[in-house]
Amino acid sequence: MSNHGHDPARVHAHGSTGQYVTGYLISLVLTIIPLLFVLTHSLSRTGLVVTIMVTAVLQFFVQLFLFMHIRQKQDGGPHWHGMGMVLGVVIALTIVGGSIWVMSFNEQVQ
Amino acid sequence: MEYRLASSKGHAEHHNPGPINQLGFWLFLISDCLLFASIFACYAILNTHTDGGQGAKELFDVPIFVTETFLLLTSSFTSGLAMLALQKGKKAALLNWLVITAILGAGFIGLEVSEFANLVADGATISRSAFLTSFFTLVGTHGCHVTFGLIWMITLMVQIKKRGINAKTTNKVGLFSLYWHFLDAIWIFIFSVVYLMGVM
Amino acid sequence: MAENANAPAHFFITGDPLIYGADVAIVLCVLGIVFALTKLKKWKWLWTEWLTSVDHKKIGIMYFIASILMLFRGGVDALLMRIQLSVPNNHFLESEHYNQIFTTHGTIMILFVAMPLIFAFFNVAVPLQIGARDVAYPFLNAVSFWMFFFGALLFNLSFVIGGSPDAGWTSYPPLSGLEFDQGPGENFYLMGLSISGIGSLATGINFIVTIFKMRAPGMRLMDMPLFTWSVLASCLTILIAFPVLTVALALLAVDRLMGGHFFTMLHGGNPMMFINLFWMWGHPEVYIAVLPAFGIFSEVVSVFSRKKIFGYKSMVFSMILISIASYFTWAHHFFTMGAGADVNAFFAISTMAIGIPTGVKIFNWLFTMFRGRIELTQTMLWTVGFILCFVVAGATGVMLAVAPADYQYHNSYFLVAHFHQALIGGAVFGLFAGMYYWFPKMFGVILSERLGKWAFWLWNIGFYVCFMPQYALGFMGMTRRVYTYSPEMGWGNLNMVSTVGGFLMGIGFLFQGAQLVMAIIKPQRDLTGDPWNGHTLEWSIPSPAPLYNFAVLPEVKGRDAWLTEKKEMKKGSSKKKTLLVEDIHMPKNTGIPFVMAFFFFVAGFGLTMTYWWMGVVGLLGIVACLIARSNTSYEAEYWIPAQEVIDTEKQLRKGGSGDGVQTRIV
Repeated sequence: MSNHGHDPARVHAHGSTGQYVTGYLISLVLTIIPLLFVLTHSLSRTGLVVTIMVTAVLQFFVQLFLFMHIRQKQDGGPHWHGMGMVLGVVIALTIVGGSIWVMSFNEQVQ
Repeated sequence: MEYRLASSKGHAEHHNPGPINQLGFWLFLISDCLLFASIFACYAILNTHTDGGQGAKELFDVPIFVTETFLLLTSSFTSGLAMLALQKGKKAALLNWLVITAILGAGFIGLEVSEFANLVADGATISRSAFLTSFFTLVGTHGCHVTFGLIWMITLMVQIKKRGINAKTTNKVGLFSLYWHFLDAIWIFIFSVVYLMGVM
Repeated sequence: MAENANAPAHFFITGDPLIYGADVAIVLCVLGIVFALTKLKKWKWLWTEWLTSVDHKKIGIMYFIASILMLFRGGVDALLMRIQLSVPNNHFLESEHYNQIFTTHGTIMILFVAMPLIFAFFNVAVPLQIGARDVAYPFLNAVSFWMFFFGALLFNLSFVIGGSPDAGWTSYPPLSGLEFDQGPGENFYLMGLSISGIGSLATGINFIVTIFKMRAPGMRLMDMPLFTWSVLASCLTILIAFPVLTVALALLAVDRLMGGHFFTMLHGGNPMMFINLFWMWGHPEVYIAVLPAFGIFSEVVSVFSRKKIFGYKSMVFSMILISIASYFTWAHHFFTMGAGADVNAFFAISTMAIGIPTGVKIFNWLFTMFRGRIELTQTMLWTVGFILCFVVAGATGVMLAVAPADYQYHNSYFLVAHFHQALIGGAVFGLFAGMYYWFPKMFGVILSERLGKWAFWLWNIGFYVCFMPQYALGFMGMTRRVYTYSPEMGWGNLNMVSTVGGFLMGIGFLFQGAQLVMAIIKPQRDLTGDPWNGHTLEWSIPSPAPLYNFAVLPEVKGRDAWLTEKKEMKKGSSKKKTLLVEDIHMPKNTGIPFVMAFFFFVAGFGLTMTYWWMGVVGLLGIVACLIARSNTSYEAEYWIPAQEVIDTEKQLRKGGSGDGVQTRIV
């Protein structure tokens, strides 16, 4: 508790109108790109999947960095929530990827 | 060792709960992220199991889910603007942006409910196939989160109206905006994996 | 359609004399409690001092009492099973009843005994060890407890209303699905576990933040006591594992209540997906329960060997490694599914690899004892008993991890013996050690050594008599969950031996009950606050700790803060240290957690019995409580005046502190 008596509003004092507008515009573009590709079928199936996933991950980062300000440290301590998010993403990928890997036997059965 | 009464009266130990609440809330978001990951895993396994019924391509309506996406994305942006108004101490602007965010969120929920109702009317119910069970559960869980967010937002608006902007309300709006951005982040993956890959 | 299938044939369970007997006992107990509370005019006391408390110490005590009561129920279930299996062709229990009992035994022991008991010690010890006034979120802490309490209550209610779940504690579909299990019993399992699971997740988050943010000034992470480290590791695993359980249970509930097809055999469902999700939580869960036990042993071994712990850093590293690595082993629970050689090979190797950090810990404990001045108190006895027991559990675990060989052991009594050895020898022994170690801090009373040694030897001998024959029975082909067997199988003698062992443990439990009774009627008080000459900060304050824990937050300069402090005070007794007492900021008591968890109970019961209106009422109640909390959070704290703190300290420190250290209060 190193920050006694400090202005509570400063805890969230991050972000600016410019940052939010930039984030919003990038998100719009990243939503429209895969949508257009899908609607026009201008890529192969693999190409579409890759485009969709890449734009989704980029947009996820836009939310995390420009809207949720994950880099912002709340006080003097280490960057716990950033490290937590990295662990969370690793575990999320394990849950999805691991389940698909373990359960893919079923595709051969069916 | 001896204990003695401090001579100066007053509360030296003012601790600011802001950072503590923020960390806990991030941890909650991480756990929620894993909750969605588990349902995504089920969807990934079961989305081809249509049991001879209609699949994603036949069922999903492009204009509806695209509109939903833009509504939620815009509401994420406006909740960010609400945060900016909060930092500048502008109560009226804060409330206005929150109202706009809530309207956009409610529009999203309204569209989703009508989408579900249309599917059910077409005979694509939750009991029709494993694909539809996982679809309704995944998208519905997100919808429940958004609905909860709407209730939270209304509660906050009442409190801000009554108490103005202070340390506690600032903290609360901060956590709420994290939650709302997070729901948009989850929706990006639902939009991409469920809808776009479904109709491609 | 789903509504009719879930509706119970009879609201109350009828027909079984054993259940009638239990019903009578329950009614008498409830009447007795209500009568006693009314007679002694304790209702208000119960509400203001306990039900609305947000004090971590009281919440810890409530977890402790609840889990001991649940241990009794789970233990009775175990003994009923052992009686049924003691001789061939026994008809003490019917097959249906036997199914219910092994289901409730497993579920209760893991989720309503092991979990609350570790949470009891989280609450009792962690804030005191890190020099904090409370946990990071005292309100949420109370919510967690009441969620556990009402979850457990809902689960246990199935005993008298609607029928107990009977698909095993793992509740595998399709057996637990609607086609094969119509009654509401399985719904009780799903709702009870979901509700208490949310509480567990909240506890996990609460303690991670507490440990990261609430440490006393000067205490770095690498200065923390090892129990606190083990809690951090355990909570990290809770954070990543419990959401998956929530999903697994919720999806099965979607199947059962809303007619979904996640795990059914029809319309493209895939039952193995439940099993996949269940063990993604289930395996880490074992480590969630055993890591705090490791932490307790680390404290106990160093205090009762009169040495600092050997290899502190490697202890920390191995605990964190175990907590993360435990997430990558889940498929070893279903090697026989036939996922293929590469999947099985990966999970076999990752499972064996977990043995390495665990082995490091075993050696560290042994080296701590090496050349120490060991005092074989009851606390230390459990620790030594654990080391031997857990090594065997680890060895049989590695045997099971060999995927090709597992096709032979899978779901045999070999497996049953293995996981009981890991969970009793690891978690239960550790939690008992913790109980004897921290009992003085919780209640200000030391538990009887003499009775405790009887309990230890009965438990320890009983354990081997009970479970060693089961390894052999597994090799002889006896499978898990069979309710009886014919004499030609040749399993009769070993089963009888095993039953005798089970009863020895039961008698051991009675001795522990006697210890608790003696603590009430003839208490041996701990007046020093430091009965074991401890190393960590919880022993620097009176027993039981005052409401605010520390009159002045301690300044920490390194590991084993209290030990260092005691040495310094002995050396420089001339140099007086003065601590200034100021007003203390504390959270107010509140009834909202209790009421909110009660509404969860109402909603859970409504969904279980498919009384949809009741589910809606419960849900609305929950939302109302959340809004009420949000509106009242502005006045949720108060100040204790410094003078009041001084007066309390004067009262509590009359007996002087441990180890000849005197504290003066001016």
